[in-house]
Amino acid sequence: MSELLRCENLTKTYHNTKALNSINLTLESGKIIGLLGPNGSGKTTLIKLINGLLTPTEGKVLINGNAPGVKTKSQVAYLPDNSYLNSWMTVKQIINYFADFFEDFREELAYEMLKKLGINADTKLKTLSKGNKEKVCLILVMSRNAKLYVLDEPIAGVDPAARDYVISTIINNYNPDATVLISTHLISDIEQILDEAIFIQHGDILLHKSIDEIRAENNKSVDELFREVFRW
Amino acid sequence: MKWTLDKAKPLCPQICEQVCLKIALGEFKAGEKMFSVRETALLAGVNPNTVQKAFEQLEQDEILYSVRGSGWFVSEDITKAENTLKNLVAEKTEMYFNSLNALGMDNDSIKNYVKEWDNE
Repeated sequence: MSELLRCENLTKTYHNTKALNSINLTLESGKIIGLLGPNGSGKTTLIKLINGLLTPTEGKVLINGNAPGVKTKSQVAYLPDNSYLNSWMTVKQIINYFADFFEDFREELAYEMLKKLGINADTKLKTLSKGNKEKVCLILVMSRNAKLYVLDEPIAGVDPAARDYVISTIINNYNPDATVLISTHLISDIEQILDEAIFIQHGDILLHKSIDEIRAENNKSVDELFREVFRW
Repeated sequence: MKWTLDKAKPLCPQICEQVCLKIALGEFKAGEKMFSVRETALLAGVNPNTVQKAFEQLEQDEILYSVRGSGWFVSEDITKAENTLKNLVAEKTEMYFNSLNALGMDNDSIKNYVKEWDNE
Protein backbone atom coordinates (compact mmCIF):
# COMPACT_ATOMS: atom_id res chain seq x y z
CA MET A 1 0.00 0.00 0.00
CA SER A 2 1.59 3.21 -1.07
CA GLU A 3 0.54 6.80 -0.67
CA LEU A 4 -1.63 7.99 -3.55
CA LEU A 5 -3.05 11.30 -2.46
CA ARG A 6 -1.88 13.84 0.07
CA CYS A 7 -3.39 17.10 1.24
CA GLU A 8 -1.19 19.42 3.28
CA ASN A 9 -2.82 22.28 5.18
CA LEU A 10 -5.27 22.47 2.32
CA THR A 11 -7.45 25.56 2.65
CA LYS A 12 -10.08 27.02 0.33
CA THR A 13 -11.92 30.26 1.00
CA TYR A 14 -14.69 31.68 -1.14
CA HIS A 15 -14.70 35.43 -0.39
CA ASN A 16 -15.12 35.29 3.37
CA THR A 17 -16.55 31.77 3.64
CA LYS A 18 -14.08 29.05 4.62
CA ALA A 19 -14.96 25.91 2.68
CA LEU A 20 -11.93 23.89 3.72
CA ASN A 21 -10.07 24.61 6.89
CA SER A 22 -6.39 23.63 6.62
CA ILE A 23 -6.98 19.92 6.22
CA ASN A 24 -4.31 17.22 6.25
CA LEU A 25 -5.24 13.96 4.63
CA THR A 26 -3.40 10.96 3.22
CA LEU A 27 -5.06 8.28 1.11
CA GLU A 28 -3.39 5.00 0.24
CA SER A 29 -3.78 3.06 -2.97
CA GLY A 30 -5.99 -0.02 -3.16
CA LYS A 31 -8.88 1.27 -1.05
CA ILE A 32 -12.50 2.23 -1.43
CA ILE A 33 -13.07 5.32 0.67
CA GLY A 34 -16.29 7.11 1.55
CA LEU A 35 -16.25 10.90 1.82
CA LEU A 36 -19.23 11.58 4.05
CA GLY A 37 -20.64 14.82 5.33
CA PRO A 38 -23.81 16.91 5.37
CA ASN A 39 -24.64 19.42 2.62
CA GLY A 40 -22.19 22.29 2.44
CA SER A 41 -19.52 20.51 4.46
CA GLY A 42 -16.79 20.85 1.83
CA LYS A 43 -16.99 17.49 0.02
CA THR A 44 -17.31 18.88 -3.48
CA THR A 45 -14.73 21.60 -2.79
CA LEU A 46 -12.21 18.93 -1.80
CA ILE A 47 -13.06 16.89 -4.88
CA LYS A 48 -12.71 19.89 -7.18
CA LEU A 49 -9.33 20.72 -5.66
CA ILE A 50 -8.17 17.14 -6.30
CA ASN A 51 -9.21 17.52 -9.93
CA GLY A 52 -7.62 20.92 -10.41
CA LEU A 53 -10.94 22.68 -11.03
CA LEU A 54 -10.21 24.97 -8.10
CA THR A 55 -6.89 26.25 -6.85
CA PRO A 56 -6.12 26.10 -3.15
CA THR A 57 -6.14 29.35 -1.17
CA GLU A 58 -3.37 27.87 0.95
CA GLY A 59 -1.61 24.53 1.23
CA LYS A 60 -1.40 21.90 -1.48
CA VAL A 61 -2.81 18.67 -2.83
CA LEU A 62 -0.57 16.05 -4.41
CA ILE A 63 -1.54 12.98 -6.43
CA ASN A 64 1.32 10.53 -6.70
CA GLY A 65 3.58 13.45 -5.81
CA ASN A 66 2.25 15.78 -8.52
CA ALA A 67 0.06 18.84 -8.20
CA PRO A 68 -3.20 18.57 -10.22
CA GLY A 69 -2.46 19.09 -13.91
CA VAL A 70 -2.19 17.26 -17.21
CA LYS A 71 -0.25 14.40 -15.65
CA THR A 72 -2.66 13.77 -12.79
CA LYS A 73 -5.71 14.07 -15.03
CA SER A 74 -4.51 11.07 -17.01
CA GLN A 75 -4.50 9.10 -13.75
CA VAL A 76 -7.66 10.39 -12.11
CA ALA A 77 -11.14 9.46 -13.35
CA TYR A 78 -13.63 12.03 -12.14
CA LEU A 79 -17.40 11.87 -11.96
CA PRO A 80 -18.69 15.41 -11.29
CA ASP A 81 -21.88 16.07 -9.37
CA ASN A 82 -23.60 17.46 -12.47
CA SER A 83 -23.41 16.47 -16.10
CA TYR A 84 -20.94 18.26 -18.33
CA LEU A 85 -21.56 16.30 -21.54
CA ASN A 86 -23.06 17.74 -24.71
CA SER A 87 -26.67 16.64 -24.70
CA TRP A 88 -26.96 16.57 -28.49
CA MET A 89 -24.40 13.75 -28.69
CA THR A 90 -25.37 10.08 -28.76
CA VAL A 91 -23.97 7.69 -26.17
CA LYS A 92 -21.82 6.13 -28.88
CA GLN A 93 -20.36 9.50 -29.89
CA ILE A 94 -19.48 10.23 -26.29
CA ILE A 95 -17.78 6.87 -25.93
CA ASN A 96 -15.71 7.59 -29.06
CA TYR A 97 -14.89 10.99 -27.64
CA PHE A 98 -13.69 9.46 -24.38
CA ALA A 99 -11.74 6.69 -26.14
CA ASP A 100 -10.03 9.39 -28.17
CA PHE A 101 -9.29 11.56 -25.19
CA PHE A 102 -8.16 9.08 -22.55
CA GLU A 103 -5.43 6.57 -23.24
CA ASP A 104 -6.69 4.28 -20.48
CA PHE A 105 -10.31 4.11 -21.75
CA ARG A 106 -11.66 0.55 -22.21
CA GLU A 107 -14.28 0.80 -24.93
CA GLU A 108 -15.43 -2.83 -24.80
CA LEU A 109 -16.06 -2.58 -21.09
CA ALA A 110 -18.19 0.53 -21.63
CA TYR A 111 -20.42 -1.22 -24.18
CA GLU A 112 -20.70 -4.28 -21.98
CA MET A 113 -21.93 -2.17 -19.07
CA LEU A 114 -24.39 -0.27 -21.28
CA LYS A 115 -25.85 -3.54 -22.46
CA LYS A 116 -26.23 -4.84 -18.89
CA LEU A 117 -28.13 -1.72 -17.91
CA GLY A 118 -30.23 -1.80 -21.07
CA ILE A 119 -29.13 1.54 -22.49
CA ASN A 120 -29.11 1.86 -26.28
CA ALA A 121 -25.84 3.40 -27.49
CA ASP A 122 -27.59 5.19 -30.35
CA THR A 123 -29.80 7.33 -28.09
CA LYS A 124 -29.04 10.99 -27.73
CA LEU A 125 -28.11 12.05 -24.26
CA LYS A 126 -30.91 14.60 -24.02
CA THR A 127 -33.56 11.93 -24.52
CA LEU A 128 -32.28 9.82 -21.62
CA SER A 129 -33.90 10.02 -18.20
CA LYS A 130 -32.00 11.62 -15.32
CA GLY A 131 -31.14 8.24 -13.82
CA ASN A 132 -29.99 6.77 -17.13
CA LYS A 133 -27.88 9.85 -17.84
CA GLU A 134 -26.18 9.34 -14.48
CA LYS A 135 -25.56 5.69 -15.33
CA VAL A 136 -23.91 6.69 -18.62
CA CYS A 137 -21.66 9.16 -16.79
CA LEU A 138 -20.65 6.51 -14.27
CA ILE A 139 -19.99 3.96 -17.02
CA LEU A 140 -17.70 6.45 -18.77
CA VAL A 141 -15.72 6.99 -15.58
CA MET A 142 -15.51 3.34 -14.52
CA SER A 143 -14.42 2.32 -18.04
CA ARG A 144 -11.17 4.10 -17.51
CA ASN A 145 -8.25 2.21 -16.03
CA ALA A 146 -7.28 4.97 -13.62
CA LYS A 147 -5.26 5.08 -10.42
CA LEU A 148 -7.77 7.20 -8.59
CA TYR A 149 -11.52 7.30 -9.17
CA VAL A 150 -13.29 10.29 -7.67
CA LEU A 151 -17.05 9.87 -7.68
CA ASP A 152 -19.16 12.81 -6.53
CA GLU A 153 -22.63 11.52 -5.60
CA PRO A 154 -22.61 8.57 -8.02
CA ILE A 155 -25.86 6.88 -7.01
CA ALA A 156 -28.14 9.70 -5.93
CA GLY A 157 -30.48 9.62 -8.93
CA VAL A 158 -30.28 5.91 -9.71
CA ASP A 159 -33.04 3.45 -8.80
CA PRO A 160 -32.29 0.92 -6.02
CA ALA A 161 -31.93 -2.07 -8.38
CA ALA A 162 -29.46 -0.25 -10.59
CA ARG A 163 -27.71 0.96 -7.43
CA ASP A 164 -26.82 -2.65 -6.71
CA TYR A 165 -25.43 -2.93 -10.21
CA VAL A 166 -23.42 0.26 -9.77
CA ILE A 167 -21.99 -1.08 -6.52
CA SER A 168 -21.06 -4.39 -8.10
CA THR A 169 -19.51 -2.45 -11.00
CA ILE A 170 -17.31 -0.67 -8.52
CA ILE A 171 -16.28 -3.97 -6.89
CA ASN A 172 -15.82 -5.65 -10.26
CA ASN A 173 -13.57 -2.98 -11.69
CA TYR A 174 -11.65 -2.72 -8.49
CA ASN A 175 -8.00 -3.03 -9.20
CA PRO A 176 -5.69 -3.66 -6.26
CA ASP A 177 -3.61 -0.58 -7.10
CA ALA A 178 -6.46 1.84 -7.60
CA THR A 179 -8.34 3.86 -5.03
CA VAL A 180 -11.97 4.91 -5.24
CA LEU A 181 -13.10 8.01 -3.37
CA ILE A 182 -16.91 8.23 -3.18
CA SER A 183 -18.81 11.18 -1.81
CA THR A 184 -22.40 10.38 -0.89
CA HIS A 185 -25.31 10.80 1.49
CA LEU A 186 -26.60 7.29 0.80
CA ILE A 187 -24.31 5.72 3.35
CA SER A 188 -26.29 2.60 4.15
CA ASP A 189 -26.27 1.63 0.48
CA ILE A 190 -22.52 1.73 0.11
CA GLU A 191 -20.98 1.21 3.52
CA GLN A 192 -20.59 -2.53 2.93
CA ILE A 193 -18.06 -1.92 0.19
CA LEU A 194 -16.03 0.79 1.91
CA ASP A 195 -12.62 0.25 3.50
CA GLU A 196 -12.47 3.62 5.15
CA ALA A 197 -14.75 6.53 5.91
CA ILE A 198 -13.91 10.22 6.15
CA PHE A 199 -16.39 12.43 8.04
CA ILE A 200 -16.19 16.07 7.06
CA GLN A 201 -18.04 19.03 8.58
CA HIS A 202 -17.67 22.82 8.16
CA GLY A 203 -14.46 22.20 6.22
CA ASP A 204 -12.82 20.13 8.96
CA ILE A 205 -12.09 16.43 8.98
CA LEU A 206 -13.82 14.96 12.00
CA LEU A 207 -12.76 11.38 11.52
CA HIS A 208 -10.82 9.17 9.13
CA LYS A 209 -10.92 5.49 10.06
CA SER A 210 -11.45 2.03 8.71
CA ILE A 211 -15.07 0.87 8.62
CA ASP A 212 -14.40 -2.14 10.83
CA GLU A 213 -12.75 0.10 13.43
CA ILE A 214 -15.78 2.42 13.41
CA ARG A 215 -18.16 -0.49 13.87
CA ALA A 216 -16.06 -2.14 16.57
CA GLU A 217 -15.65 1.08 18.56
CA ASN A 218 -19.23 2.28 18.35
CA ASN A 219 -21.24 -0.94 17.91
CA LYS A 220 -23.11 0.85 15.16
CA SER A 221 -23.19 0.97 11.42
CA VAL A 222 -21.48 3.93 9.77
CA ASP A 223 -24.92 5.18 8.75
CA GLU A 224 -26.09 5.24 12.38
CA LEU A 225 -22.91 6.93 13.52
CA PHE A 226 -23.30 9.56 10.80
CA ARG A 227 -26.85 10.34 11.92
CA GLU A 228 -25.61 10.68 15.49
CA VAL A 229 -22.59 12.87 14.72
CA PHE A 230 -24.48 15.17 12.39
CA ARG A 231 -27.72 15.29 14.38
CA TRP A 232 -29.39 18.66 14.23
CA MET B 1 -27.15 -20.15 1.70
CA LYS B 2 -27.19 -16.38 1.70
CA TRP B 3 -24.65 -14.08 3.25
CA THR B 4 -26.25 -12.42 6.24
CA LEU B 5 -24.21 -9.54 7.55
CA ASP B 6 -24.99 -7.26 10.47
CA LYS B 7 -24.22 -3.65 9.58
CA ALA B 8 -23.55 -2.66 13.17
CA LYS B 9 -20.61 -5.06 13.55
CA PRO B 10 -17.19 -5.25 11.92
CA LEU B 11 -17.45 -7.10 8.62
CA CYS B 12 -14.23 -9.10 8.58
CA PRO B 13 -15.05 -11.41 11.54
CA GLN B 14 -18.56 -11.87 10.14
CA ILE B 15 -17.17 -13.07 6.81
CA CYS B 16 -14.89 -15.50 8.67
CA GLU B 17 -17.84 -16.86 10.63
CA GLN B 18 -20.04 -17.25 7.56
CA VAL B 19 -17.34 -19.10 5.65
CA CYS B 20 -16.96 -21.48 8.63
CA LEU B 21 -20.73 -22.06 8.71
CA LYS B 22 -20.83 -22.72 4.98
CA ILE B 23 -18.05 -25.29 5.38
CA ALA B 24 -19.70 -26.93 8.41
CA LEU B 25 -23.04 -27.12 6.57
CA GLY B 26 -21.43 -28.67 3.52
CA GLU B 27 -21.82 -25.82 1.03
CA PHE B 28 -18.03 -25.77 0.67
CA LYS B 29 -16.50 -29.23 1.04
CA ALA B 30 -13.20 -30.29 2.62
CA GLY B 31 -10.31 -29.98 0.16
CA GLU B 32 -12.42 -28.26 -2.49
CA LYS B 33 -11.62 -25.00 -4.24
CA MET B 34 -13.30 -21.91 -2.85
CA PHE B 35 -14.73 -18.97 -4.77
CA SER B 36 -12.09 -16.36 -5.49
CA VAL B 37 -11.80 -13.28 -3.33
CA ARG B 38 -13.51 -11.16 -5.98
CA GLU B 39 -16.36 -13.63 -6.55
CA THR B 40 -16.95 -13.87 -2.82
CA ALA B 41 -16.89 -10.08 -2.55
CA LEU B 42 -19.53 -9.80 -5.27
CA LEU B 43 -21.72 -12.53 -3.76
CA ALA B 44 -21.56 -11.04 -0.29
CA GLY B 45 -21.73 -7.46 -1.58
CA VAL B 46 -18.63 -6.37 0.29
CA ASN B 47 -15.23 -4.93 -0.49
CA PRO B 48 -12.64 -7.39 -1.88
CA ASN B 49 -10.08 -6.11 0.63
CA THR B 50 -12.35 -7.24 3.47
CA VAL B 51 -12.68 -10.72 1.95
CA GLN B 52 -8.92 -10.89 1.41
CA LYS B 53 -8.35 -10.04 5.08
CA ALA B 54 -10.94 -12.61 6.19
CA PHE B 55 -9.40 -15.36 4.03
CA GLU B 56 -5.94 -14.59 5.42
CA GLN B 57 -7.37 -14.82 8.92
CA LEU B 58 -8.97 -18.18 8.06
CA GLU B 59 -5.66 -19.37 6.66
CA GLN B 60 -3.99 -18.59 9.99
CA ASP B 61 -6.72 -20.58 11.70
CA GLU B 62 -6.05 -23.46 9.27
CA ILE B 63 -9.59 -23.42 7.93
CA LEU B 64 -8.56 -22.37 4.41
CA TYR B 65 -5.27 -22.56 2.58
CA SER B 66 -4.03 -20.74 -0.49
CA VAL B 67 -2.09 -22.14 -3.40
CA ARG B 68 -0.05 -19.59 -5.30
CA GLY B 69 -1.54 -19.09 -8.73
CA SER B 70 -4.64 -21.20 -8.22
CA GLY B 71 -6.54 -19.64 -5.38
CA TRP B 72 -8.14 -20.66 -2.12
CA PHE B 73 -9.07 -24.15 -0.88
CA VAL B 74 -10.90 -25.58 2.10
CA SER B 75 -8.64 -27.52 4.49
CA GLU B 76 -8.94 -31.31 4.64
CA ASP B 77 -9.60 -31.08 8.35
CA ILE B 78 -12.81 -29.14 8.93
CA THR B 79 -13.17 -29.68 12.71
CA LYS B 80 -12.43 -26.03 13.42
CA ALA B 81 -15.18 -24.87 11.07
CA GLU B 82 -17.56 -27.38 12.64
CA ASN B 83 -16.66 -26.05 16.08
CA THR B 84 -17.65 -22.57 14.97
CA LEU B 85 -21.08 -23.90 14.05
CA LYS B 86 -21.36 -25.78 17.37
CA ASN B 87 -20.42 -22.67 19.34
CA LEU B 88 -22.92 -20.58 17.44
CA VAL B 89 -25.71 -23.10 17.98
CA ALA B 90 -24.82 -23.33 21.69
CA GLU B 91 -24.83 -19.55 21.98
CA LYS B 92 -28.21 -19.15 20.24
CA THR B 93 -29.74 -21.98 22.25
CA GLU B 94 -28.56 -20.43 25.48
CA MET B 95 -30.02 -17.07 24.45
CA TYR B 96 -33.33 -18.73 23.62
CA PHE B 97 -33.52 -20.61 26.89
CA ASN B 98 -32.44 -17.56 28.89
CA SER B 99 -35.10 -15.38 27.33
CA LEU B 100 -37.86 -17.91 28.06
CA ASN B 101 -36.48 -18.59 31.56
CA ALA B 102 -36.87 -14.87 32.15
CA LEU B 103 -40.58 -15.24 31.36
CA GLY B 104 -40.82 -17.87 34.09
CA MET B 105 -40.76 -21.04 31.98
CA ASP B 106 -38.56 -23.91 33.16
CA ASN B 107 -36.29 -25.86 30.80
CA ASP B 108 -38.55 -28.95 30.58
CA SER B 109 -41.58 -26.97 29.54
CA ILE B 110 -39.49 -25.10 26.98
CA LYS B 111 -38.36 -28.43 25.49
CA ASN B 112 -41.97 -29.64 25.34
CA TYR B 113 -42.98 -26.40 23.73
CA VAL B 114 -40.25 -26.78 21.07
CA LYS B 115 -41.46 -30.32 20.29
CA GLU B 116 -45.06 -29.19 19.96
CA TRP B 117 -44.03 -26.25 17.79
CA ASP B 118 -42.07 -28.55 15.49
CA ASN B 119 -45.03 -30.94 15.11
CA GLU B 120 -47.38 -28.20 13.97
